Amino acid sequence: MISQFFVLSQRGDNIVFRDYRGEVPKGSAEIFFRKVKFWKDDGDGDAPPVFNVDGVNYFHVKDAGLLFVATTRVNLSPSLVLELLRRISRVVKDYLGVLSEESLRKNFVLVYELLDQIIDFGYVQTTSTELLKSYVFNEPVVVDPAQFLPLGSAGIFTAKRMPVTTIAKSVVANERGGRKREEIFVDIIEKMSVTFNSSGYILTSEIDGTIQLKSYLTGNPEIRLALNEEVSIGRGGGSAYDYGLGTGAVILDDCNFHESVHLDSFDVDRTLSLVPTDGEFPVMNYRITQEFKPPFRINSLIEEAGPLKAGVIIKVRADFPSSIIADKILVQIPLPPYTTRVSFELEPGAVGNTTDFKEANKRIEWGLKKIVGGSEHTLHAKLTFSQESHGNITKDAGPVSMTFTIPMFNSSRLQVKYLHITKKSKSYNPYRWVRYVTHSNSYVARL
Amino acid sequence: MAPPGQSQRSSSPSQPAGKGEVADVKTQLRNLAGSRAPGVDDSKRELFKKVISYMTIGIDVSSVFGEMVMCSATSDIVLKKMCYLYVGNYAKVNPDLALLTINFLQRDCKDEDPMIRGLALRSLCSLRVTNLVEYLVGPLGAGLKDNNSYVRMIAVMGVLKLYHISASTCVDADFPTTLKHLLLNDRETQVVANCLSALQEIWSLGGSASEEVSREREILLSKPVIYYLLNRIREFSEWAQCLVLELVAKYVPADPNEIFDVMNLLEDRLQHANGAVVLATTKVFLQLTLSMTDVHQQVYERIKAPLLTLVSSGSPEQSYAVLSHLHLLVMRAPFIFSSDYKHFYCQYNEPSYVKRLKLEMLTAVANESNTYEIVTELCEYAANVDIPIARESIRAVGKIALQQYDVNAIVDRLLQFLEMEKDYVTAEALVLVKDLLRKYPQWSQDCIAVVGNISSKNVQEPKAKAALIWMLGEYSQEMHDAPYILEGLIENWEDEHSAEVRLHLLTAVMKCFFKRPPETQKSLGAALAAGLADFHQDVHDRALFYYRLLQYKISVAEQVVNPPKQAVSVFADTQSSEIKDRIFDEFNSLSVVYQKPSYMFTYKEHRGPFEFSDEIGNVSIGTESADTVDPNRVEANDKDLLLSTSEKEETRGLNNSSSAYSAPSYDASSVSVPTSQLSGLVISNPSVSGNAPQSSFAIDDLLGLGLAVAPAPAPSPPPLKLNPKAVLDPTSFQQKWRQLPISLSQEYSMNPQGVAALTTPQALLRHMQGQAIHCIASGGQSPNFKFFFFAQKAEDSSTFLVECVVNTSSAKAQIKIKADDQSATRPFSSVFQSALSKFGMP
Repeated sequence: MISQFFVLSQRGDNIVFRDYRGEVPKGSAEIFFRKVKFWKDDGDGDAPPVFNVDGVNYFHVKDAGLLFVATTRVNLSPSLVLELLRRISRVVKDYLGVLSEESLRKNFVLVYELLDQIIDFGYVQTTSTELLKSYVFNEPVVVDPAQFLPLGSAGIFTAKRMPVTTIAKSVVANERGGRKREEIFVDIIEKMSVTFNSSGYILTSEIDGTIQLKSYLTGNPEIRLALNEEVSIGRGGGSAYDYGLGTGAVILDDCNFHESVHLDSFDVDRTLSLVPTDGEFPVMNYRITQEFKPPFRINSLIEEAGPLKAGVIIKVRADFPSSIIADKILVQIPLPPYTTRVSFELEPGAVGNTTDFKEANKRIEWGLKKIVGGSEHTLHAKLTFSQESHGNITKDAGPVSMTFTIPMFNSSRLQVKYLHITKKSKSYNPYRWVRYVTHSNSYVARL
Repeated sequence: MAPPGQSQRSSSPSQPAGKGEVADVKTQLRNLAGSRAPGVDDSKRELFKKVISYMTIGIDVSSVFGEMVMCSATSDIVLKKMCYLYVGNYAKVNPDLALLTINFLQRDCKDEDPMIRGLALRSLCSLRVTNLVEYLVGPLGAGLKDNNSYVRMIAVMGVLKLYHISASTCVDADFPTTLKHLLLNDRETQVVANCLSALQEIWSLGGSASEEVSREREILLSKPVIYYLLNRIREFSEWAQCLVLELVAKYVPADPNEIFDVMNLLEDRLQHANGAVVLATTKVFLQLTLSMTDVHQQVYERIKAPLLTLVSSGSPEQSYAVLSHLHLLVMRAPFIFSSDYKHFYCQYNEPSYVKRLKLEMLTAVANESNTYEIVTELCEYAANVDIPIARESIRAVGKIALQQYDVNAIVDRLLQFLEMEKDYVTAEALVLVKDLLRKYPQWSQDCIAVVGNISSKNVQEPKAKAALIWMLGEYSQEMHDAPYILEGLIENWEDEHSAEVRLHLLTAVMKCFFKRPPETQKSLGAALAAGLADFHQDVHDRALFYYRLLQYKISVAEQVVNPPKQAVSVFADTQSSEIKDRIFDEFNSLSVVYQKPSYMFTYKEHRGPFEFSDEIGNVSIGTESADTVDPNRVEANDKDLLLSTSEKEETRGLNNSSSAYSAPSYDASSVSVPTSQLSGLVISNPSVSGNAPQSSFAIDDLLGLGLAVAPAPAPSPPPLKLNPKAVLDPTSFQQKWRQLPISLSQEYSMNPQGVAALTTPQALLRHMQGQAIHCIASGGQSPNFKFFFFAQKAEDSSTFLVECVVNTSSAKAQIKIKADDQSATRPFSSVFQSALSKFGMP
């Protein structure tokens, strides 16, 4: 059982603080925050999500710049507590529409109401947004969603985190017209990891996908979600890296499903049926290591050009149809530590490009607002060194890494063929949204 | 530059508001208390909010307690809830004022609205005020019988809260019995789940009625209860499923068919999106199949894919929790994961705690077929910008080299590291090359050629420098410049800050002297002089020791300092297998993440239901010997009873040597003088990492195992007298058990009469007590029994602790003895053995 739960702001202020068992001495929030803050200074990188100080175990997850923390003195399952923290942040988001320090501060009493129901004396009671509804009486104070980015706002700092901003609308608050709009969102979100070796050959590739659902339907009608029939699971004993090519099949290495999903006909026609509860949740997670065509090809070259000089060329080619446009691209390459100056040269006519040399960590950052499918972009950079490189230049630089978002695109070819909602009446025709998006997770080309 | 944050800071809400503001709120609340004006609830809400927000940021607002209670007379549920929250927080520090709240809470407990009833009951039980418990019993009793499941759910947790405030009140009201009834009969799964949580916690706290408690636990783990829960598992919430699965992991099925039934039933839980459910299921599978090697292995195969999916699908935090468990499994059975090595490649943006785990996993799964690729990948990380990770990657390459048979390619890579001219890479690589040479002396030529080119000036890190010096000493024959490099280093003795390096320097120059006397004599003199004058005790002692050794006889000195060496075949593991097994038993807990068994990081009063797993059904109390014994407090790791015999034997053997290694305690009297001197040298100089593990292993064989087999030689110790009235409370037992090393681990054959007499543990307890050996905990069922005994010397109070596992079908007793006074271990063991052998005799 957990002892306390609290949410801290980026500066370490308590936004909500709930002590369920009174076993952990006062000041735990400060102890925790100091520890997390100074972990990095001690040269150990980020603080791990779980650590122990004086017999108190601290668990934390980060979401929207906030720290969700639980403490306990007993030896609990770390997965259980971390899943719970993640779930609490999701439930809070379901209620508030957006998760941010501001929205939490404006609604902290509502959050206390939720916490009271979610955990009793340290034991989890329920985390279902739907069930919690009948016990929550505060109206959420909605923070203006206009300042929040639409789908696919995963920035570079949240590279591994799922883009959770499906839509910034509370499940309980009514729309301005007083009537709730009947709609349902299905998002197919894929995180992509690819590593190219120095000759452009793919060393590893993986897609981690999620089918995420967010329902605003009243009366909980049953829905059926059909995937394309080429989908198959498992690779029948072969190594995970045998590539089945040319068959058009979408082979998932493995997948898992949300509690509410019925798989009765999944084996027959790849249909998932479920009664979606309120709030956002992943219907299915899947993992693919089958070969796929990577959306970007990266060519990079670093060459000496004199005793204290070198040149860098990075070329990015978009290998997807021209109807698709990638967003928020950032290409980075670490340079030798003895680099002192960098000058950039872009192609003539390049728009929406930014180039920067980060002096502190000796890194080039090349940002592109958009890349249209089929196009190619090149960056030239001239480096000046403070010492000779002794021919080790490629060992001291690289690898090139890239972050991006590609809306309406997924490499796995997994598709939602149809979304069927059991109709209550003839006129009942809710809005259905099926959206695809691909994010980079770790997209790296070695020099 | 003045920190601009300062001024912002002061306005941040974490700064305490002035006393004035609290007083202000107090006045306003008082004004509103009696008011019935329209809109008064809205004003109250605003004020209540303010109070709660002060409370959140840590301002003491207990002074408005009275006013809050006065304002609580309202039908506005939002207000009520805020008030409950406030009261729950401050009642403990204001017990007198808390009495004020009883009235309205009790009234609310009878409200028409089940939600109000539930909320009020929850608040009532959360007051944590001892003198108010009498007011709890009535509402709780009613709550448990309430027809609304929400109220019952809260009432069940209320019983647990009451138990914490006043266990006797709770038991007197017979609430635990009611919970047991609800556990098996309530329709609502969350009520059932709460009963399970509450009962487990109550039983783990209620040590006094331990006989009864262990019976209760047996019932909880009986087939009907487990099956009842298992059959309903899908109705439970995902969190409650974890609870049930945790319980099932402790269940011992009667036969293999039952094991397969349970596993088939739970198979689909492995497809759950919640990692906690999957890991809890995994634990059940692993525990159930412990004794079925083939199936156990199939379980590993089965859980591989789901765990990998969880690692890549969740947030970094969730993925870390699962990865830690995968790490544990990979370390236990690397061969099962050897084709999945690509999953353990590091991604550039992963946090270092993830990368570290992955590097260890890559190291573990490396085998003939994938080594080349793994090492290539690791070499990429060696040039990484993240220096700590780069270092660990190089170490990983080295470890792989040490565990492989075919190291050609790897040696080349390591030598390339030396040529990379990055300080930290060179440093790490030097240490590795040294270890490599200890295992593969045949590679010395290639390595020495490269090492010889490294200027000692470029090596600053003590470990690397020590490694370089070791090689200079060891290979001074082959390395041309060795005497001169050493000479240079000795000249700078004063500037060398690391004692480790100076120690190595002494030894290296000695070795060099034996091989190339004329060139080294001068340096040796200088080194010994400098060493004798050294302020560091170890350095001084070693210099003195060498000096006297040389004075005595140079050939003897050479035998001691530079004996012919055998290649090291296996490097000692850093963690004993006993600890590893412990961690495995605690699968799906923090032990796995910390890589430590729970007793190392949890205070015993908080070892809740988890430790429960250890004794459940196996250890009951030795009531005859100690009245104060609490079975929860005795950590009996009975899981090894479940291991198959061969596995157990293996573990035992390993334990034996590893524990002897960590604490060099041996009976010096039984060892001839020169050996003991040699061993003294090696053990007191752990920094001679060049050969320490190797030689102390040898000593180990000589002492540890030799002793265990051979009966005591010449010096017969005085007969040991034990104190028949010895006392030891379980806590101290536990503490001692943890602190002391195993002094003796042995297997006895029991006589058939003894085996026959061992129908229940109690029989043996009484017998042993007659021999002044007291039992502190015992348990098990035929054929496996487990006992913890202790005894005290009559003359001083030094204590002996014994773990004794008896298998009646093989008629074998395995004992582990730990002792305050190590030298008395063997006399005691013979007393123990003779006591045991008399058992069952008329």
